[in-house]
Amino acid sequence: MSGMVEKKGRATWLVHLGLIIGIAIVCFPIYLAFVASTVTTNDLVRPPMPLIPGDQFFANYSSALLSGINAPVWKMLLNSTIMALGIAIGKIVISLLSAFAIVYFRFPLRNVFFWLIFLTLMLPVEVRIVPTYEVVANFGMLNSYSGLILPLIASATATFLFRQFYMTVPDELAEAARVDGATPMRFFLDILLPMSRTNIAALFVILFIYGWNQYLWPLLMTTDPEMNTIVMGIKQMFPSADDLTQWPVIMATALLAMLPPVLVVIFMQNLFIKGLVDTEK
Amino acid sequence: MEKRVTFKGWWLPLLLILPQLLITAVFFFWPAGQAIYQSAFIPDPFGLKTQFVGWGNFEFLLEDPYYLASFKTTAIFSLLVTIVSMTAALWLALMADRIIKGSGTYRTLLIWPYAVAPAVAGVLWMFMFRPNVGLVSWYLDRVGYDWNHVLNDGQAMALVVFASSWGRVSYNFLFFLAGLQAVPKSVIEAAAIDGAHFWHRFRTIVFPLLSPTTFFLLVVNIVYAFFETFGVIHTITAGGPQQATTIMVYKVYADGFVGQDLGSSAAQSVILLLIVGILTIIQFKFTERRVHY
Repeated sequence: MSGMVEKKGRATWLVHLGLIIGIAIVCFPIYLAFVASTVTTNDLVRPPMPLIPGDQFFANYSSALLSGINAPVWKMLLNSTIMALGIAIGKIVISLLSAFAIVYFRFPLRNVFFWLIFLTLMLPVEVRIVPTYEVVANFGMLNSYSGLILPLIASATATFLFRQFYMTVPDELAEAARVDGATPMRFFLDILLPMSRTNIAALFVILFIYGWNQYLWPLLMTTDPEMNTIVMGIKQMFPSADDLTQWPVIMATALLAMLPPVLVVIFMQNLFIKGLVDTEK
Repeated sequence: MEKRVTFKGWWLPLLLILPQLLITAVFFFWPAGQAIYQSAFIPDPFGLKTQFVGWGNFEFLLEDPYYLASFKTTAIFSLLVTIVSMTAALWLALMADRIIKGSGTYRTLLIWPYAVAPAVAGVLWMFMFRPNVGLVSWYLDRVGYDWNHVLNDGQAMALVVFASSWGRVSYNFLFFLAGLQAVPKSVIEAAAIDGAHFWHRFRTIVFPLLSPTTFFLLVVNIVYAFFETFGVIHTITAGGPQQATTIMVYKVYADGFVGQDLGSSAAQSVILLLIVGILTIIQFKFTERRVHY
């Protein structure tokens, strides 16, 4: 049935061609970066640059990973992993708990708290950088993982998502748990949490990418190269004076920086799409 | 919307909500309060004392040609990013929607740039367009077009727009494709049988049905261009040449951290805060409708 509209062979062929051209354009910057990460610096200062990968793959990647330019890239990868996991897990845990409290209890100031959390939806970290920086500096949390993670955990998106999901959970389940004399935490751990599995996984995918790709906050927070995250560390690898830019090492680092989130999107595609649609609602 | 069945007790829920409240208070309300407070002061030249100026910082900003220029730059930049990324995505989605076999493969190949951080995208695009030696700028030079975004305002803007739109195409593509697949095939087929050509069908049937998706994406992309493209600007142009690519968020950073003008930076934060608020309300009003749609 669906083939009834313009199923002529030539038209379909043209559509495929158009898509392939589109994909080629979209993928070209990455291909070029890959080529650049497999040649020598000299190959890149004499235009035009080669369009076919060279033989310096291992030399460039091991140089990046083991020594880098300001700090070894393995260290920056580790920092990024800790930050991304910390943000994703932290946001999910505090949101699961606070949504549970808001939906399943009646307590003083409940509505006030709800609106206070709601307001945080409106303020990305980019807008409040200077004062947030001062707060973190006052706590002595510059160049620390907690300083990288905690300010980015304050967000209402996840709380709303879980609140919405809890609302769809049949009342009979809570009723039955209450009749059986189960404590609220038992109900939360044995019934609510297992039911939220897919939502948690989808949200985790989105938050991991969000955390991994943070730029401005780590840029302010980490003055010590050993604490740099990989996404912000790339820019720090450019020489400030007239020295020769080590493009092959920088490009190897750029590819390493995009690898984890890209793999997450490709291999968890369905969760990723669900997460994307959920968080925008 | 309220639950009928609830649990008893008040200290347990307070304990459960406490972590989020604490983090929100310390890293959100306190800094936001500070921003509003600081926006009413200017530090003296030695940084020892601050002087209360009331609306002074705001009055100064609204007459400051540089700030007004960054306002205009932000408007042009976000409009261009939105148009470029949405047009490309709609085009790709229209094609992918017509494919019956293998559309999953195309989808996979088109969505992954979403995961590339804006700052990394900035480095990739800067690499291609390095004046004289970059691959694209070198070939542009061959055909007689002189590319130097380090000196040329328009070219700098074009480069940050393309680098910012690139990963965004994936996002818009996903939503457009979902929107297109929700259009009832029977309606399209009826129109086709009546002899309506593709473009005619698109204009009269498909695009109107797609308008909720389009409006939603318009708002979301403007928010993205305003607040999430800092990495692109910082890696490629650092706001230059002169101020040609200094968007408002970049100016908050440049004035607050590089220029150490805290009062002005705080006032700029407050203005941005108002803009985010308005955009969020528009988005909410709209998504409320989207749920029922």
